[in-house]
Amino acid sequence: MSGNGKILVIGGGISGMTAAIEASEAGCDVVLVEKNPYLGGRVAQMNQYFPKLCPPSCGLEINLRRIRTSPSIRCLTTAEVEKIAGGPGSYQVTVRQQPRGVNNKCTACGACVEACPVERPNQYNLGMDTTKAIYLPFEMAYPVQFAIDGEACTGSECGKCVEACPYQAIDLEMKAETIEIEVQAVIWATGWEPYDASQIDGLGFGTYPNVINNLMMERLASLDGPTAGKIQRPGDEKEITSVAFVQCAGSRDENYQKHCSGVCCMGSLKQTRYVRDQYPDAEIHVFYIDIRSPGRLEDFYAAVQEDEKVHFIKGKAAKITEESPGGDLLVEAEDTLSGRRITQKVNLVVLATGLVPTDAAISIEGGELQRDEHGFLTADQPMAGLLGAGCAKRPVDVAACVRDATGAALKALQNCVK
Amino acid sequence: MADNDKKVAVWICRGCDVGESIDVEALETLATGDCEADSCQSHACLCGDEGVELIKTGIQDGDNALVIAGCSPRFNTDTFTFDGCLTERVNLREHVVWSHPANDEDTQMLAEDYLRMGIVRAKKAEVPEPFEAEIDKTILIVGGGQTGITAALEAARAGYQIVLVEKESQLGGRLNGFSKLFPKKPPYREPQPVDLDSRIQQIEQDDRITVYTGATIEKITGQPGQFDVSVQTNGSTTQFRAGAIIQATGWKPYDVSKLGHLGAECQNVVTNVQMEEMIASGKITRPSDGKPARRIAFVQCAGSRDKDHLPYCSGVCCRVTLKQAMLARGLDDQTQAFVLYKDIRTPGQYEDFYLAAQEDPEIFFTKGEVVSVKETSGGDLSVEMEDTLIDKHISVEADLVVLATGMVPQAADGEAVRLYQDAQATIAKGEAGAQLKMAEETVEKLKDHEGTAILNLGYRQGPDMPVLKYSFPDSHFICFPYETRRTGIYAAGCVRAPNDTDACAEDAAGAAMKAIQSVELASRGATVHPRWEDQSYPDFALQRCTQCKRCTEECPFGTLDEDEKGTPQLNVTRCRRCGICLGACPERIVSFKDYSVPIVSAMIKAIDVPDEFEEKPRLLGLLCENDAYPALDIAGLKRIQHSAWIRFIPVRCLGAVNVVWIADALSKGFDGVLLVGCKSGDDYQCHFVRGSELMGTRGDNIREKLTALALEEERVRVEQLDITEFRRLPEIINEFAQEIEDIGMNPFKGF
Repeated sequence: MSGNGKILVIGGGISGMTAAIEASEAGCDVVLVEKNPYLGGRVAQMNQYFPKLCPPSCGLEINLRRIRTSPSIRCLTTAEVEKIAGGPGSYQVTVRQQPRGVNNKCTACGACVEACPVERPNQYNLGMDTTKAIYLPFEMAYPVQFAIDGEACTGSECGKCVEACPYQAIDLEMKAETIEIEVQAVIWATGWEPYDASQIDGLGFGTYPNVINNLMMERLASLDGPTAGKIQRPGDEKEITSVAFVQCAGSRDENYQKHCSGVCCMGSLKQTRYVRDQYPDAEIHVFYIDIRSPGRLEDFYAAVQEDEKVHFIKGKAAKITEESPGGDLLVEAEDTLSGRRITQKVNLVVLATGLVPTDAAISIEGGELQRDEHGFLTADQPMAGLLGAGCAKRPVDVAACVRDATGAALKALQNCVK
Repeated sequence: MADNDKKVAVWICRGCDVGESIDVEALETLATGDCEADSCQSHACLCGDEGVELIKTGIQDGDNALVIAGCSPRFNTDTFTFDGCLTERVNLREHVVWSHPANDEDTQMLAEDYLRMGIVRAKKAEVPEPFEAEIDKTILIVGGGQTGITAALEAARAGYQIVLVEKESQLGGRLNGFSKLFPKKPPYREPQPVDLDSRIQQIEQDDRITVYTGATIEKITGQPGQFDVSVQTNGSTTQFRAGAIIQATGWKPYDVSKLGHLGAECQNVVTNVQMEEMIASGKITRPSDGKPARRIAFVQCAGSRDKDHLPYCSGVCCRVTLKQAMLARGLDDQTQAFVLYKDIRTPGQYEDFYLAAQEDPEIFFTKGEVVSVKETSGGDLSVEMEDTLIDKHISVEADLVVLATGMVPQAADGEAVRLYQDAQATIAKGEAGAQLKMAEETVEKLKDHEGTAILNLGYRQGPDMPVLKYSFPDSHFICFPYETRRTGIYAAGCVRAPNDTDACAEDAAGAAMKAIQSVELASRGATVHPRWEDQSYPDFALQRCTQCKRCTEECPFGTLDEDEKGTPQLNVTRCRRCGICLGACPERIVSFKDYSVPIVSAMIKAIDVPDEFEEKPRLLGLLCENDAYPALDIAGLKRIQHSAWIRFIPVRCLGAVNVVWIADALSKGFDGVLLVGCKSGDDYQCHFVRGSELMGTRGDNIREKLTALALEEERVRVEQLDITEFRRLPEIINEFAQEIEDIGMNPFKGF
């Protein structure tokens, strides 16, 4: 590089990790700030990628190795950016790091887990199982250190984990810290949240246990998920013989989210393969408006269409009712190709909910971030060196996030050239 | 550093159950006794401050090769990295005590073997020294359209010198034909102007950017950091040196003449590219009679998503049609537009653009399959559709039909061109018989590739990038889309995949970043992803080379060229350090300082093989370090148990396994060999493209060896595994151990 500099990357998902790694490998110092106690973001929760049906942890492992061995990336987990001051060429950033409760003497031996008496809902598995209040977020998590859920933990009154730890790695009195950093550019790789499907009228999410969202399906199908990879009904743990995928659940809809999330069609097509792998005879119904499988992803759609037990129904599912509490579901839709109103009974409904850009509340001296009406960052930001990357800018798949984040790293670097 | 300059210090961590599960004292005795390490100490928690300080003190006192026995090398990586010191990690935690019963004789033997192997490796391996070469950091960009222009400006802004080569007489590529683009800014409802002139001006004014128009690439030889480029302009040749290359050669429209069923021969049937020109001219008239076209039917997916034409979706044609319908309506408000589609694809915020078009009452959308376009009378047209929302069969009358044709990459298939050229050379050499026949057949089959080369690389494996399905020179990687098979050469924009102008710009910036990175890493004597910063490189002991050409053929990255005799010539900055050449070489002449046939052979020899009366079989496991090794770590973290008969050695890639190791193991009395790598095939997961596949094809060689030794084929097993299969891996190991027990002991034990 003509001038080494320092940049800040907000968000440690696939876009943030990529931007950080790419910038560092070109010779730049990077501070990577992630609010979770681990890196990987949404990608760490996915079972497989489309169209190769390969595990995201394969690429994640390589990226983590690049981060582990890089002297120029400083990783701050359980941390969020509070404030950005200054201007182009020199931004002063205030980062607030929440107490992890576990310091870097932790060897991940797991002695604390046996001692901990408190259970908490496991957010990594979207609340579908529990962990102890002291937990390793997931097996491949980085940093490989346990963390304490401050809300669930009863604190030093209990202190059993502290006694159990042979390495003095647990500090229940750990306090939040404020860290000040000076950088030349900031990349927002703040990613997305799944749309809250309980806001959608008539689809029963949050009320009917067997109506789940697409991210829950990823966890259900994952070997390290709540069911060790077995797809079953959350309501009664039964195997399934039929499933409905409801596309555009809360998307392309003026009442909820206007935008198309671009990836949910491929997500559901991929998930039909998860179901098929485990249930060779299951009937799969896909309710859609348009199937959007751009580029060579069309091949994947074509392959799914060859499955005779996957039925594509052009029509938006309007209503879902429960046949009996915790039991089968009735999906009502109008088949716009035949004009018929149809009611399809299934064991399980997967709502293909869209991506909502994460709204990271960061105060910026000298101008607010520009977002469009959907909440995505626009290309023109108030000051040079403030950049968006990946799903913070628009809803895209992993490959597009990686390309965009690589490009964003270059744009950040341009601000470091003296 | 020679063996006798080494001071080997062994450190054993007793933490994380190690101290309670195995006899550490016995390990210490073994280390300084039989293994002849210079020192050995154990510590209750080596990764703690005190432990690390002890190690550092040892280094100050002259330790220069460390064996750290404790947790997996995937943990505490930075803690146990010491500059200039060779560090070998022995995985006593995940692979021994967490996956085997405590205080058990077999667990102890396992730990001792791993320690022996680690010490041997520490003695044999050397700290790699980076190669030194003069690296040019200029970036060559081939193609001056949207992607090439963006890449040039972005890389120049980061301070790099750029050479931009465009085959037409002016920059801009396809953008020159566009009147407007679809929107990139909120509220995403209206087409927006093409921003080309100002950017061309920026390029002209930037003294870091040199532009050659009307120019083609005559030849590129060399390697990243040292590419020698010849460019031809109007018959004259210019030569210069560049460090990295971006191929931004764009796309061409699908050949409409192949779409006879869609009325391609009718005068009033035009393509979306021709429509763009008409819109730019301000007048939309019928080619047949010059009358204004007021009923315009847009046929979507014309030759796209069609197994007889382009099976893929070009991703932009829906939005192009929306834009053209809007612009046509803007030119003449009496125009009606009929959009005949299978699916409207307007991802992300472009849904707003679709909504805006739907709000226009004179733009009609009809879903269905267009089966034919026919001329009725006086140049009028009828579009026949099936499976529509309205009826099984409908006809749409139109005075102009626009075929929304897709994008075809402007790329050459480097490997096909090479095969074609090789076959021609065979014919020219005057070969006869079967060889001549085969060459003639190849020439016939691949004749369409003649003269298609674009980059004209002087690479043994072909003059252009290898292509994937549908001729895109893409890497097909989801996680690492720039991990191409030609180091330092990156395809970007529509040549890599059908893209809109925004995605092209993002891709251009990404490719520029990778180009910069590749020259920066080369200047530090290191390689690029995925063995980023690795400074080791293969050394060829050429005096023993038999010119079998396996290494030049099998390298996935085209690293090696050949002289006339077929001797490999290393281009070190093309190399990704995967070690596939080391695996390929039957003469075992390829070595890395820290990874070689002798090093691994010595590790295998270090393993203690009990005689057959002890009834303790021994299995060798060669594990891909990228996926299988972490999977076994996770199994350990989960305390999943596996057979104590097996000893694992991580390898750079399954393709980096030399079969001599298998022969060594079997002749030493090992009862079986298990090889675990990543998935191969179309959806391969191998990080080096085809390493695991090559292991499969080398299987024949292994079987020959087994037959020669009169051993059962089942003694060698190759498995494919993905990183999430941490439960399956111990099962594979246990099943294999059982199978070997059933077969019985290797009769070569004790020989």
